[in-house]
Amino acid sequence: MDIVKLTLTKVPELYLEAENITPDHFAGKTAQQIGELHVHLGNTTAKISDYFTVEGKGGATAADTKIIISGPTDKVKYIGMKMTAGEIEVQGNTDMYTAAWMAGGKIHVKGNVDSFCAIGMTGGEFIVDGNAKNYLAASYRGDWRGMQGGKVIVKGNAGSDTATFMNGGTIDIGGNVDVHLGTHAEGGKIIVRGNAKGRVGGQMVKGDIFVLGQVERMMPTYILKGEEEVELDGKKQMFHVWIGDMGERHGKRKGEIIYGKIYVPSGKAEAAAPAARAERKKKLTDKQLEQVKEAFKGQEPTVQQVRTYIYDTFDIDMKPMQVSRLIDGLKR
Amino acid sequence: MSEYIIKNGKVYDPKTGLKGDVADVCIKDGKIADKVSNKAKVIDAKGKTVMAGAVEVHAHVAGPKVNEGRNYRPEDKLFTYKPTGKNTRMSGGFSIPTTFKTGYEYARMGYTTVMEAAMPPLYARHVHEEIKDTPIIDEGAFPVFGNNWFVFEYLKNNEMDNVCAYISWLLKTTKGYAIKIVNPGGSEAWGWGENCTTVNDPVPYFDITPAEIVKGLLTANEKMGLPHSIHIHSNNLGNPGNYTTTLDTLKIAEGVKPNNKFGREQVLHHTHVQFHSYKGDSWANFESGAKEIADYFNKNKNMTMDLGCVTLDETTTMTADGPFEHHLTSLNHLKWANVDVELETSSGIVPYVYDPNIKVCAIQWAIGLELGLLAKDPMRTFITTDHPNAGPFTRYPRIMKWLMSDKSRQAMLKGFKNSDKVIAATNLASIDRELTLYEIAQMTRAGPAKSLGLYDTFGGLAPGMDADVVVYDLNEDKIKDAEEIEKAFSAADYVFKSGTLVVENGEVINNGNKRTLWVDAKVPMNEQVERDVQMKFLKFYSMNLNNYEVSNHYVPNPYVIEVDSN
Ligand SMILES: [Zn+2]
Repeated sequence: MDIVKLTLTKVPELYLEAENITPDHFAGKTAQQIGELHVHLGNTTAKISDYFTVEGKGGATAADTKIIISGPTDKVKYIGMKMTAGEIEVQGNTDMYTAAWMAGGKIHVKGNVDSFCAIGMTGGEFIVDGNAKNYLAASYRGDWRGMQGGKVIVKGNAGSDTATFMNGGTIDIGGNVDVHLGTHAEGGKIIVRGNAKGRVGGQMVKGDIFVLGQVERMMPTYILKGEEEVELDGKKQMFHVWIGDMGERHGKRKGEIIYGKIYVPSGKAEAAAPAARAERKKKLTDKQLEQVKEAFKGQEPTVQQVRTYIYDTFDIDMKPMQVSRLIDGLKR
Repeated sequence: MSEYIIKNGKVYDPKTGLKGDVADVCIKDGKIADKVSNKAKVIDAKGKTVMAGAVEVHAHVAGPKVNEGRNYRPEDKLFTYKPTGKNTRMSGGFSIPTTFKTGYEYARMGYTTVMEAAMPPLYARHVHEEIKDTPIIDEGAFPVFGNNWFVFEYLKNNEMDNVCAYISWLLKTTKGYAIKIVNPGGSEAWGWGENCTTVNDPVPYFDITPAEIVKGLLTANEKMGLPHSIHIHSNNLGNPGNYTTTLDTLKIAEGVKPNNKFGREQVLHHTHVQFHSYKGDSWANFESGAKEIADYFNKNKNMTMDLGCVTLDETTTMTADGPFEHHLTSLNHLKWANVDVELETSSGIVPYVYDPNIKVCAIQWAIGLELGLLAKDPMRTFITTDHPNAGPFTRYPRIMKWLMSDKSRQAMLKGFKNSDKVIAATNLASIDRELTLYEIAQMTRAGPAKSLGLYDTFGGLAPGMDADVVVYDLNEDKIKDAEEIEKAFSAADYVFKSGTLVVENGEVINNGNKRTLWVDAKVPMNEQVERDVQMKFLKFYSMNLNNYEVSNHYVPNPYVIEVDSN
């Protein structure tokens, strides 16, 4: 396997759209030729070599090509878009649409990724050591074809709207996920090893969601079907199984109606809702209040800005009304 | 104004009877001329095809449902955008392109006149705003009449003068071109949770049948002598076994003679006939009824049709047939938009993937082409896709290829996953007719222009006609591979619109001088209709009458066809 090393030499002023960074485009090319491929910045077009140093060369085919990317790549979008084979390894963070419509091969991001990563993915493996933002493995805006195959592993947390319109493949999240998990899903398997914030499986037609921590609040359109022994991670475990979404259409197989299923480990399900509610009531400490004050000093932040800041910084989900009062309090 | 002479091309023009004869075409002052001075710019068309600009008889290219399609299908735009060019604005979209792309793509294919097929009167302003923003091509729009409360009530009371006065008023108020009928009565019945699937199903409350609506509007159309005939999408679209409903609808026109001063010979145009030519009684035994429809059509010369060919693409269905779109979303489970247009019509939108591996889709594909090949008179048979319902209009060159090449059709038939079943359910495998370029010119130029009552101006190359002229890089005597046909028709070498060179080597070089066609049918003043309009606006419409009219500034460059309908 031939290796191409890309090193970002400067932080781009605008976001860099780099859909050409894939083994498919690099295969059969020299470092010089790779450097000539285009990238977009706003309404301008530049070359890969304007921003990256390129070492090595592409392999004979995409499958024989590995790309190692280093440098401050936080503002680089579309890495690995539509790739079909080969490997990409990113040392740092990447921006939106990493691994979008990926069909094969492997992408490993050692830092965090932004939103819309692995959307419409049909095959291959996408591994993130850090966190992923919203719409991970979902469908493109308006589309009904979310993740359809392959595997996504995020070791940290994932944001909201993960796996919207998923209909195949596997997603494994090491940490927590925000609201709207597996909305409209029609297949596939999702494992969340931490907590899910709620609105899990809304309008889900088919598919399996495992939440090994707690589901903050189960949708009212899900019914607790009972306990079931299911194999996960190679061992058999007892789960409470919820079926739904009862407000959605469902197909039949051998006379039996197929539902979407949410699995929560036995013993945790009962505790789930009250625990989460207790967390919601949490107030900020005086020290935290000071910190909020400092963060928005001299600004007029919106409720949503402050609420997001509190959630991201202290992991406390305050109601908008609470935040609004808090802002009033800080002004006085 | 500049003069041009297009020299030595193989000219296909039903108007002058040229069937590929080598001839020169002269352009002077925006019109076709007998001769030009020696200052005329010379275009060498040796070994190339020369035709008049094509005329689109039925497409959904402007207005609220098209735009709602754009709004709710961002995925249709994905990876399709072209940045601003030297003469073009940014444009994109596939099945529901932006207005700019609509103009550019029609022009690149050599289409110079286009009819928007369904204008809801209440949103006519929106339709005209989009028409105004669609460059190059001349356009008109057909307001829908088939589910209109005024029409129902006047027809029910046998008040033909009032029907005519109302039609005249609405054409003028909406700057409309012709009488469009969509699922007569059925879209109104949908407001009551019902539908009309035969011509005899009464509309709830109004107690009028589709047959009465069609007959009434047809009579009014001929009484008024409008340039186009009634333009109908009949009941029961898209359902297995619906060909009998289609025949029942066509029979309403039997024996009626056209009355107009525009050279139009038909009294009824049936649109997207492919969707109306289905046999069988379920999707399991679904099969082609193209032969039955074509046989009837061949015998009855007072009607025209367009095909509505399925192109096997992912597209967006949109129609004023509200109940049909609801039916469709329950079949494919994709997103659905729906609206009730007050006293006038309804509308729905659902994305659709015509997958060649699905038997029904492949049969639909075959039916569209069968109709084109079994119909004996190309002057009465027009190529459409009911854009974007059966596929985008940008696929016309591909349909021309299929109609012209038996080999390309057979290759498609053999390639289907359910090849044997598709062949068994259709007649296409046994039809070896290959259309000629002359017949294509009839189906896309002369025929549609004549049916619209515009054959003195558009669709031909006789001196005095508008200089809409196209040169394609195609030589009928030397076609080796059918792909050449699709390639040539996709991007013309030269396109002139009203004497202005707008496309050169497949690229848009000029945005032309776009006009909006509408019909001003003059009838005697009718106080009852005036009073009824005011009353309906007071009592029922959510809009004030003053905000309803498409005032002149919406139509900055009008092309008005005046009719004395007294
Ligand atoms: Zn239509």
